[in-house]
Amino acid sequence: MKAVKVREDLFWVGAIDWNVRNFHGYSTFRGTTYNAYLLLDDKITLFDTVKHGFEGELLQRIASVISPEKIDYLVINHIEPDHAGAFVKVVQAIKPEKIFLTRNARLGILSHFHREDFPFEEVKTGFEVKTGKKTLRFIETPMIHWPDSMMTYIVEEKTLISQDAFGAHYATSSRFDDEVDQCELIQEAAKYYANIVYPYSPQVNKLLQTVKEMKLEIEMICPDHGVVWRKNPEKIISLYEKWSAYVCEPKVLIIYDTMWKSTEKMAYAVMEGVLEEGVEVKMCKLSVTDWTELMSDVLESRGLILGSPTLNNGLLPTVSGFLTYMRGLRPRGKVGASFGSFGWSGESVKLLNQYLQEIQAEVVHEGIRVKYVPDEGVLSECVELGKVVAKRVRELCSA
Amino acid sequence: MKKYRCNVCGYVYDPESGDPSQNIPPGTPFEKLPDSWTCPVCGASKEDFSPED
Repeated sequence: MKAVKVREDLFWVGAIDWNVRNFHGYSTFRGTTYNAYLLLDDKITLFDTVKHGFEGELLQRIASVISPEKIDYLVINHIEPDHAGAFVKVVQAIKPEKIFLTRNARLGILSHFHREDFPFEEVKTGFEVKTGKKTLRFIETPMIHWPDSMMTYIVEEKTLISQDAFGAHYATSSRFDDEVDQCELIQEAAKYYANIVYPYSPQVNKLLQTVKEMKLEIEMICPDHGVVWRKNPEKIISLYEKWSAYVCEPKVLIIYDTMWKSTEKMAYAVMEGVLEEGVEVKMCKLSVTDWTELMSDVLESRGLILGSPTLNNGLLPTVSGFLTYMRGLRPRGKVGASFGSFGWSGESVKLLNQYLQEIQAEVVHEGIRVKYVPDEGVLSECVELGKVVAKRVRELCSA
Repeated sequence: MKKYRCNVCGYVYDPESGDPSQNIPPGTPFEKLPDSWTCPVCGASKEDFSPED
C-alpha cells in the first residue's frame, strides 16, 4: 500500500475502512477513511494517526515515501480513537522529537493512554512552527467537534489540515473531490455535518468568520475522513456557511411511527395538506428509517411534523429514541407541529411538542390528538395542520 | 450562589468549587469571574453560559 501525493511534499498516508457499516451508531453505508498526512521538509511531520487496527496500513504507506523513524514531528489535531487509536503504537514506531497538540488534547490523550513520558508540546491559536521551508500555523477549534480539536494551516501551501471538519464517511479508491461522484460526495458531507458537527454550528460559524478575518487563503482542505478538497474547497466551505447558519430548504418532513395505523392515517392526511400548498414533503416512518440518514433530511428541511401514538403514557420508543438523538444534535430554525392517536391517556402530542420546543422550533399548531381511529373530520383537521406548516415554511423560505 | 451551565459542552460552573485549573478560588460567584475566564472543558467564553434553574 502506497502513499498518495496530494500537493508538493504533502502525502496522504491514511487507511481505508471499506467495510465499516456502523460507526458508533452512525450508519456508514459507504465505509470510511481515516486520513493521515505526511509533510516532507527539513523536519518531517505526520498529521494525525488512524484507528487502532489500521496502524500497519499507515506505516506501510509512510514507508513508501520515507522510513517512518525519520519523522520528527507528530501533530495531533483530534484525539478521538478513530484518529488517535493507533497513537501509542505510532509514537513507538516513529519516535518523534515533538508531539504538537492543544492543552485539552494533551489532557485527553493522557486520560486515554496515560503516557506522560511522551514529548508533548502544547500549542495555541496562532502558534507557528517552522519545519524548514514551510510553516505550520495552529488554529484551536474547540467543540468542532471535541474540546481538544484544532486545525493546522500549512502557510506556504495554503493548505488546511482540518481534522473532522469538512469530512465525510466515504470510502473510495480516489483521494480527491474532483474524482468522485459529486452527488454521493455532497450527500455524505451533509450526513456527516448533520450527525457530527450540527450541535456546534455556532462554533463553525465563528470559525468561518475568523478564517475570513485572518484572510487565510485556502487552496486545499485535507480532512480526516473522506476525500481531499483540492479542486473545489469553496464548495464545502459555502455548504458549511449555509448549514451553520441553519439555512433550510422549503421542504417538510413528516417523522412518525404507528401501532394500529391510526397515526399513519393522520400522517398521510397531513402530507396531503402539505402537498396542497405545493411544498415538497417526505414521509419517514421510524420503524423502517435509519436515524443517521434521516438527520440529513432534518438538516435540509424547514418543516418538521412529528407523529406518535401514546404507548403506556409515553411515546413509541422508536419515536422517543430518534427524538432524543435529534435533540442532542440541536437543529434550529425549524417550523413544527405534532399529531397522534391514543386509547385512554393520550400524552403523545404534549410530549412531541416538548421536543419541538426544546429544539426551539416555531410550533404553528397546537397539535391533533385522536381517540382510537380518526374519522373524516379529524383527517380534514390533519390536512389543515399540514397546510398551516407548509404555508409558514414557504413564507420563511421565500423571505 | 447560582450555578451556570456551558451552552456548548454542558460543563457546570459551581461557585462553591471555583475552577482550580484557572486559579479561581472556591466561593467565587460566576459574575465575579474575570472576562478572560473560559470554560475549562471546551474553551467557550462567559457569554456562552446560562444560569441553572
